[in-house]
This record gives sequence, C-alpha cells and structure tokens, in this order.
Amino acid sequence: MLKYICKRVLFAVGSLLIITATIFLLLRLMPVEGYLGAAYEKMSPETVQILLEEKGLLDPLHVQLARFYDDLFHGDLGTSWIYRPNVKITTILAPKIPVSLTLGGLAMLLALLLGLPLGVWMSLAKGKWPDKLGTGFIVFINAVPAAVYYLFIQLYGSSAFHVSMLYKAGDVRTWILPIVCMSLGNIAYFAMWMRRFMVDQLGADYVKLAVAKGVPRGKIMSRHVFRNAFVPMIQLLPSSLLLTIMGSIYVESLFSVPGMGGLLIDVIQRQDNTMVQALVLIYACVGILGLLLGDILMSVADPRISLTGKEGAR
Amino acid sequence: MSLRLLRNGKAARLGDALSAETERQLATAPDLTPEEAAALDRDLFTFAEYDSEAAERTGYSNYSYWRSTMQLFWKNRTARFLVIFLGLLLLFTFVQPYLPGQYDPNLIHYDENGLIMKNLKPGESGFLFGTNKLGQDLWARIWSGTRTSLFIGFVVALSECVIGISVGVLWGYVRKLDKFFTELYNIVDNVPRTIILILISYILRPSMSTLILSMCFVGWLPMARFIRNQIVIIRDRDYNLASRCLGSSTRKIIFRNLLPYLVSVIMLRVAMAIPTAISDEVFLTYIGLGLPLATPSLGNLIIAGRVLMMTPSLRYQLIFPSVVLSIVTISFYIIGSVFADAADPKNHV
Repeated sequence: MLKYICKRVLFAVGSLLIITATIFLLLRLMPVEGYLGAAYEKMSPETVQILLEEKGLLDPLHVQLARFYDDLFHGDLGTSWIYRPNVKITTILAPKIPVSLTLGGLAMLLALLLGLPLGVWMSLAKGKWPDKLGTGFIVFINAVPAAVYYLFIQLYGSSAFHVSMLYKAGDVRTWILPIVCMSLGNIAYFAMWMRRFMVDQLGADYVKLAVAKGVPRGKIMSRHVFRNAFVPMIQLLPSSLLLTIMGSIYVESLFSVPGMGGLLIDVIQRQDNTMVQALVLIYACVGILGLLLGDILMSVADPRISLTGKEGAR
Repeated sequence: MSLRLLRNGKAARLGDALSAETERQLATAPDLTPEEAAALDRDLFTFAEYDSEAAERTGYSNYSYWRSTMQLFWKNRTARFLVIFLGLLLLFTFVQPYLPGQYDPNLIHYDENGLIMKNLKPGESGFLFGTNKLGQDLWARIWSGTRTSLFIGFVVALSECVIGISVGVLWGYVRKLDKFFTELYNIVDNVPRTIILILISYILRPSMSTLILSMCFVGWLPMARFIRNQIVIIRDRDYNLASRCLGSSTRKIIFRNLLPYLVSVIMLRVAMAIPTAISDEVFLTYIGLGLPLATPSLGNLIIAGRVLMMTPSLRYQLIFPSVVLSIVTISFYIIGSVFADAADPKNHV
C-alpha cells in the first residue's frame, strides 16, 4: 500500500511539473498589452520595453521557466503582478482560503446530510411520491443553470427569512443562504447517485438471500445495502472537495463573499501570470490529492478493491 | 492485427480447450443399439422434396432495436408532449421574425417625442414582454436569443459527441494509446478552461463561431473520459474475446460489439450535453467571454437582467429569459433520460 502511494505521489509530481510548464507556456502566448493596463496606448516603445524587461518577459522562454521552477523549489510562489502589485501571493491567499474552505466545508456537510438520506429514501420508495418528488428536484437542479436559481434564492430567500442579502463574516445568519446555494447542486448529485446505487444493490442476489433468511429489513438496509452502495459514492467525494476549495464564482460574487471563488478567472483575465501559476499549482495539487484520497478511501471501505493487484493494471 | 491476435495466448488456449472438448465428446459418444436404430423414424432418412417457400424461411423475429426504442419512448406521455412542445418552440423561434407586427431584436424604439422607450412594462404599447433599458423589444430578443442558444447547444453537443466518442473509443480499446491519452487528459483537465477560452478568443475575434469553437475545444474531454471508462469495463467481456478469436477486425468490434452495447448510456450523455452547453453559455457570458449584446442569446439576456434584479419593477427582464431557458433545458433533460431508458434493451419487451 505504502509503495503504491509513493508511486502515485511520484507520478503526481511529474504531472504537476508538466501542468505548470504547460500553463507557463500558454500564458506567454497572451497579448503583451494585457500586462501594461489602460495606459498602454500612451506609452513609448522604450517604456514598454523597460516595463516588460522588469517583469522578465523578454528573456528566452526556457530561462523564464527555469527561474520559475527555481523559485518554486525554494518554496517561493512569487509576488502578484497586477491583482495586488508586489504583494506576496501567500499573503493574498492567506485570508481567502479559510473563508472558502469554511463555507464550502459546511455546504459539503449539508449536502451529505441531506443528499444521502434523500437518495436512500427515494430508493426505498421507488416509484411512489417521494421518488417522483425527489426526481423532480434533481432534474430541476441539474437542468436549470445555477446562475439562474441562485439569483432567485438570494432574492426571495433574503426577504423570506429577513436576513441580509450579503455575507458578513461575523453574522452566522448571513452564511445560511450562500451555504444553501452551494449545497443544492451536490444534494441533487449525491441523491441521484445514491438512489441509483441503492436500486442496483436492492436487486442483488445477496439481498434476496438475506430476505429469505429472515434478516430484519432495517438491518439489511444498514448493514448490507447502504454499505455496498456507499462505496462507489466515495469516488464522487474528491472532486467535490476540490470544488469546495476553489469556491463558487457565482455564490461568492452574488453574496460578496471574500473567498477564492472566481479568483482564478479574474487573474487570468488580468494576466497576472504569477497568480495564475500559483493558483493552478494549488488546484492541481488538491485535485490530484483528492483522486488519490478517493482511491485509498475506496479500498479501505471495500476490502475487495485492491489498488496494487492485477485488477488495477487494466 | 490478426497475426498478433493469433499469437494471443488467451485466445489460443481457449481454442485448444474447445477443440479438445469436441474431440472428447465425439470419441466417447456411444453408438446406437440395433433396437434404438429400428425405433428411429424411417422418414428421417428419405430425401425431402424441394420446397422453394421453405428454402426462403429463416429464423425470423420482427424485433428491431431502434423500433422498440422508439416505441417505448413514444409510449411515455411526458416525453411525447415535450418532444412536440420543443419541436413547436424550435419552429416558432424560426418563424417568429416573419410573423406580422414583430420588431428587430436590435431595433431601438423611440416614442413620438423622440425619447427612448426604455424599460416598458410587459404589455405596454404593444410590447408583449416589455422593453429593456435600451428600448429594445424584449419579446423579439428572447426568441432570437432562444434561437442562438439552441443553435449553440446543438452544435456544441453534436461535436462534443463526435469527438468525445471517437477519442473515447480509441482511448479505451487500443491499449497502446491508453497511457498517452490518460497523460493528455490529466494535463488538459488541469489547465483552466478560462485560459484556453481567452487564448482562443484572443487569436480569433469574439463571435458566435469563436464561442462555439472554444466550447467544442474543451467540451469533448469529459465525454471521452466517460466513454473510455465504459469501454474499459466491457472491453474484455467474453463475447468480445470470442469475437476477437473469430478474427473480427478492430473496426468491427468497435462498431458492432462495443458501441451498440453503450447506446443507452451514450444517449443519456448526449441528451445532457445540450442543456449543459446552454448553461455553459450563460457561464461564459457571466465571466465576460460570451457573445456581444448585438447577438442576443439567453445567456447575455439573463446576465443583463441580473443587474436589474434589485429593482422589483424591472425584474421581468430577468424572469422572462430565465423561465424560457429553464423550460428548454428541463425539457431536454427529461427527454434525454426517457430516451436513455427506452434505449436500454433490458427494458424492451
């Protein structure tokens, strides 16, 4: 197991190097004007030259890339160029990450607490009204763009519950709507897959055997069906974890939450290269870690799944 | 390919085992005793007369996969209603500009005093859905926008499927390509979509074709991944192994064995791809990479309406496009899932 994890981590480092290099090269294709801001039109060619040289953009690509990796290996993510000029990226991110992480974590918790029971309930009442109602909810959440229903939740939710429309760090009541918004998608997602896996398991032979043996229904559900249905669910968790850290661009801008949501898109549009590189690196790390974690959790939850055996080689 | 298959150890072992078993059965089958032979019907050993009708008779069942699928699909009342409804809606978006009394979606209306007729309430002065803050007819803009969004949805979903399925099948079936595609996927998946989209819109000018191109450029990845996983699951099933042993070409295995097996799951993905593409367009507009306002789409109508959300009297500018968009996406979603159910042969009678 340990050997397997080491191997995966080594591979992950390789992928990270390739990813950062790709991003680095792609960013160098961006238009030069983007680095100079609105004053670009009035600048003389000499000023442009000097400004670009200050940022090290005129060096050959491999020199720039080597410099970037050199800094990275010394644990230096660099300083922001445009977003907040000359501020260390770690200083910029330090207050933002906990905000997104708290809200996202709570939303995730809510989604698990509501989504899984909903899925189980739907599978037990298959074809009856809870199932139909739940399916309607899932279809709605999946089909309607989040941008649309978030707006209506903010609009009518804040007046219905008499809470402020915007997020305030000190006032826990203002956290409710953003958390609800962020969890809705995952509730539908978890409920949909949980129902599907439960229904698959309910038709399995071992359930019929358990029923025939006279095992109480509650025990069959909790000890057998739920446990088996939950194993594939674990695979869905890592990607949700990644989204938690990235924050939701819609929710955070709607409720003006000072988190990570939309930060990447913002810095890409402003061509703040160092910020983009740092963020992509962080997200890629979390993503790869999440995948690894999902695989390990799955093999812990279901001893039949072996990561190191021949089955994994396919 | 076939030479390599012949050398495939598994296939050879299977073949050996089969022929050994047949030989064993032939060798150990007991001969009939004279009594048993006498009891046999004499007619079995006379020549049958040639019967042209009987010669034509084959093991025939009138089961047809696609007809059963269509029948099952059409039986579902909701799906039937939605298909007709969407068809009419699509027809209407095309016919609408030619109906009498319609305005150009970009025409700015002035009243007799030369003032812009902006933010008119729905129904006021003949504007069914009112006007926006520029004095443009919201009714015309919404139908023109629906046309645009549906077009984007169809084109993106179609190309996503064509590219996604072809790459996914190769990725899943051809072992040599697996490593390469997996690495490629890991890298491309981690490059933020926004960078690619910005680069494409920087190289080309922002327009509908650029938007579609950039959406296609990143959209096929999840599809390919999905197909690949499905193919890997069924690739080594016994019927494919048998098919390979009998010397089917890779092409035949893919088109005859693998893809038909996956029709229902693929259909589900395809149907979801249309609402997803429409939602994506809203997102792209939201982050400022969408279509210019001169080309109305549901995305830029909603984002324009969003700004006015805080003024209750202007909320109709958000609500109308949102409702139209939701109806369209939900209809596609439901049709897709019903069709996927119908396409699953397990549900055929």
